[in-house]
Amino acid sequence: MRRHSVPMAMLGRLTLIAGCCGPAAARADVPMTYLRTFGGMKGLQITALTWGLLILSIVVVVITSALVLVGVLIRRSRAGAAEREPVSQTGSGVQWIYIGVGISTVVLAAAMVWNGYTIAAINSPPRDPRLTIEVRGHQWWWEVRYLSEDQSRIFETANEIHMPVGEPVRFKVSTADVIHSFWVPAIGDKIDLIPNQTNTTWLEAGRAGVYRGQCAEYCGGQHAHMGILLVAQEPADFEAWWRHQLTPVSSADLAVQEGQQQFVLHCGACHSIRGTRAGGRLGPDLSHLMSRRSLGAATLPNTIGHLSGWIADPQRVKPGNLMPTLDLSGPELASIRAFLEVQK
Amino acid sequence: MSDATIRPEALPVGSIGRKASGWWGMLTILMTEGALFAYLLFSYYYFAVQYGRGFLPDELPKFRLSLPDTIILLISSVFVWWGERGAKRGANLQLVFGLLGTLILGVVFVGVQLLEWRDKPFTIGSSSYASLYFTITGFHMAHVIAGLIMLSAVMVWSLLRYFDAERNSPVSIAAVYWHFVDIVWLIVFFTIYVTPRLW
Amino acid sequence: MTVGTYDRVPALETGGHAAPAASQLTRLWESKPGISGWLSTVDHKELGKRYLATAFIFLALGGIEALMMRLQLAQPNQHLLTPEQYNQLFSMHGITMIFLYAQPILSGFSVYLFPLILGTRDMAFPRMNAFSYWVYLAAGLFMYASFLVGAAPNDGWFNYVPFALKPYNPGPNMDFYALGMILLGISTTAGAANFLVTMLRTRAAGMSINRLPILTWGTTTTSVGILFSMPAVSLAFFMLWLDRQFGTHFFDSTARGQPLLWQHLFWMFAHPWVYIIVLPAMGIVSDALPIFCRRPLVGYTVVVLATIATMVMGFGVWLHHMFATGLPFLALSFFSGASFVITIPSAVAVFAWIATIWTGRPVITTAFLFFAGFISMFVIGGVSGVMTASVPADRQLTDTYFVVAHIHYVLIGINLFPVMGGLYVWFPKMTGRMLNERLGRWNFWMVFIGFNLAFLPMHWTGLAGMPRRIYTYPDGMGWGTVNMVTTVGSFVLALGVLLLLINVAISRRHGAVAGPNPWDGPTLEWTTPSPPPPYNFATMPAVASRHPLWEDRLEEGMGKSSLQRGMVLANGKEMLAVTPLDGLPDAILKMPEDSYSPLVATILMTAGFTGLLLHWWWFAGACVFLLLACLVVWLWPERTLGQIAGARHV
Repeated sequence: MRRHSVPMAMLGRLTLIAGCCGPAAARADVPMTYLRTFGGMKGLQITALTWGLLILSIVVVVITSALVLVGVLIRRSRAGAAEREPVSQTGSGVQWIYIGVGISTVVLAAAMVWNGYTIAAINSPPRDPRLTIEVRGHQWWWEVRYLSEDQSRIFETANEIHMPVGEPVRFKVSTADVIHSFWVPAIGDKIDLIPNQTNTTWLEAGRAGVYRGQCAEYCGGQHAHMGILLVAQEPADFEAWWRHQLTPVSSADLAVQEGQQQFVLHCGACHSIRGTRAGGRLGPDLSHLMSRRSLGAATLPNTIGHLSGWIADPQRVKPGNLMPTLDLSGPELASIRAFLEVQK
Repeated sequence: MSDATIRPEALPVGSIGRKASGWWGMLTILMTEGALFAYLLFSYYYFAVQYGRGFLPDELPKFRLSLPDTIILLISSVFVWWGERGAKRGANLQLVFGLLGTLILGVVFVGVQLLEWRDKPFTIGSSSYASLYFTITGFHMAHVIAGLIMLSAVMVWSLLRYFDAERNSPVSIAAVYWHFVDIVWLIVFFTIYVTPRLW
Repeated sequence: MTVGTYDRVPALETGGHAAPAASQLTRLWESKPGISGWLSTVDHKELGKRYLATAFIFLALGGIEALMMRLQLAQPNQHLLTPEQYNQLFSMHGITMIFLYAQPILSGFSVYLFPLILGTRDMAFPRMNAFSYWVYLAAGLFMYASFLVGAAPNDGWFNYVPFALKPYNPGPNMDFYALGMILLGISTTAGAANFLVTMLRTRAAGMSINRLPILTWGTTTTSVGILFSMPAVSLAFFMLWLDRQFGTHFFDSTARGQPLLWQHLFWMFAHPWVYIIVLPAMGIVSDALPIFCRRPLVGYTVVVLATIATMVMGFGVWLHHMFATGLPFLALSFFSGASFVITIPSAVAVFAWIATIWTGRPVITTAFLFFAGFISMFVIGGVSGVMTASVPADRQLTDTYFVVAHIHYVLIGINLFPVMGGLYVWFPKMTGRMLNERLGRWNFWMVFIGFNLAFLPMHWTGLAGMPRRIYTYPDGMGWGTVNMVTTVGSFVLALGVLLLLINVAISRRHGAVAGPNPWDGPTLEWTTPSPPPPYNFATMPAVASRHPLWEDRLEEGMGKSSLQRGMVLANGKEMLAVTPLDGLPDAILKMPEDSYSPLVATILMTAGFTGLLLHWWWFAGACVFLLLACLVVWLWPERTLGQIAGARHV
């Protein structure tokens, strides 16, 4: 147990109070703010430092602006024009600089110490993470891979990431094309996805909930629509989710089986669903698609209506994205929809 | 001090040695071109650190042509230094022969470098090493050629008897540029030919 | 001391601007009228005004680009612009403002003012001065030509790879940017060389190094910065161009290229660049604010040292743009610490200005308002910079609108505000007319209110998590209202800027007539008529203090400057060279006549770059050959320049 956790916890409570409104309401209003954190100890330390520097900044601005304003008002000339106000130099005035810079340096030094301490504190997790998640960025979606020592438990999903609450999780991030940046503000800080490089970071969720993130490094046309949903769950729920993701969906319904064939035919070149013959790797894995809260990397809510619209014309929602507009007939689309509907 | 400034003694007029604006201008050129080579070599070292031994080609760059070439360039600097001394004494013939010597050796340097390029088993697009090798040596060669053009112009002006013991700034300007190109080559040579053998 | 073959004792005259030599000097120094004079002039005053006018045009273009983006972002999910249009606009907005406005506008002030405030007749290299301007104009046109083919740069002004490489960007967008920036770099470097040599060599006698106006310190320090930093970005763009054209492997990660190398080279240039675009503007304030406080600047020496320190340290902090890229712990700590420490010299300057106000008698004019407002904006930009200097905080703040707020406070606050204030101060000198004060107050308040309305809430937008460079955003993020406020503010700001342009347009013809020294300023430019004659000074001034025109009223205990009697140097186009530190007379320089060489060189160079853009290799080669010939002609020794042996009495 870290010795400084009590002051940090108090700071955390102050942070939440200072953020005003309850966490749930705040999250709903401004889901991507990082002035409130749910990122455990790491999130707390980052947020505390951010608030500290913010308050310090505001104080400095107020003081210096007041100095300017008051100085102008008190000392201003009544002569009305520069050439009518006599030139005079009363003293060198250089003490102002020494005092002002002296105070600034002390304050800055304190901030530097706090900064240095925080960098060190968040650099590595308090204990070795049990779970490692690999995130691979694509234009404009997220490939997510859950690692495990048990080979049979390794699986892939896309765009929606689940993690357990209350323990550090290792994230290993890479990219398939250009530079992206993985960022879920309420949980933790950004990490860039650089070609030919695997960056490693760690995050910890302090509270269960759904947190929104977004790619934070310009990556081309649809950078604006490369969102992330991070779902933090109590460990039991998380384990249940994992097991569910590993379980293939089966259905005796003929319409569904017909739909599966259509899916493999039209979609399998790019997409994969575990338990079917669709094994394409160009686009997101769609296993248990209907268990996700959004489509298109947090671009659309995941309803059947939106899904149909997306499949029929992905270019309308995310122009320039790499899913072509297929010319599916009505029946084909309905069939695929019937299949996907049950991928819960 | 005010007195001296409004009761001046005789002042030299025009382009006199290191008082010429052109001399100062050339120094600024050397600052910025020096920085350019620093960034080129930074790029080389960055790759080397990132990739380790895998960055280098299987066949390390050889001394067979590059070492004599380096010596040729060093000797060419001696020629231009000797020529500049002649200029400062008003010995026009010494100046012209000094410049001629530098020019000939400079052309030889470029020729040998081109031979080395031709003999390379890779092209500029073969690998990162190849891209860097040709770009670094290419930039240097371009600077040598620019120096040769400068020296040619100065030689023409010498033959036209534009210079004497006091008015000869272009000679110094071209000479310092040439020495700069020489020093840069030594650092480039060290980086490309010597450091691979140090790991 | 032995007298050299080419020495001459310069003649002295009395009378300042009414000296008998004035008419002779006019004939020697004035440019021909009409189009031929316009194309061939090397008069720094003319070139300075051209820089200012051209930079203001780019400011307007960049502003229009911004307003279009603000309309698109005012509400969630709008469709006024397509993603590609938006991406080109945000890229060109950054490129225009940071490269085609922010530095050239300061060059404009410095090109115009250097010889006047230094007490001499022109810059050290008048033809290169003209060349710098023409190449700047050409590079701006070159990059804007990309819009004509619908292929403007679209990867932001820092142009990260691999997105800037051919597989992701097959069109000519990046080639316009890469080649255009290399071309612009030539202009900027030439200008920097000119400022450095001018400051060191061509000054009034007696103007020792500790008597130089702070504007010259700011510009010269940044000129050294340019000389050392520009090659990094020119090289990076050249490597990018090679990767795109010839399949080299500097950056392309598919073949062991290093994408991060781009970021290193780019930021090793671009971080010093952000100081380059503010230090001269800080120098403007350091020189002009004291005029309106009726006393010399507090702490001249520490302000000079702080200027130099900022530029030097500016080379050691570039990694703070890359905190999220997965760097090792030691690198993060060092660069974070350095980024904190660089605040200290800026604090020196801020307290110097505050002290000057408090120990002086401020006269509230439009110019003064801009300078006072500037101090506050500077601090806001500075503290938001301190926040991003902290690695943990930065890894939340970076790539959000918080950084956009920061950069606009430092750019508009520390560059545009001094520029506007400076225009009110020196417009009378440039044109002989005062800018209208009433319109000026409206100008200031609209700019001040509009700017803060647009960008102060933007700190909140960033803290609310809105990332940069997104062409739209969804509902329900809490970003809608604040984006609307920013949009409204940006239009108010634009109106404020428009008012300045209107003020300039009206006052040029109808403004109150200005004498030589309408503000009772202390430095040498205020001794000349407004506008100055082509030769600036009929008799070269000799100075004995930092504030020659205030000597009688300050007790600095120095000697007395000689403004009425001095060397006349009228045996042709001549001016004085001095020793760098003490400012003692060192030589009489012969200055060139107006010339077409700079323009011809520019045209050939631009044609060559166009050839590279279009892959017309032989054409480009031919242009290079002709350019070299042009340079040889330009540099050919001339009798009248005192470059030929045996030519005396030139």
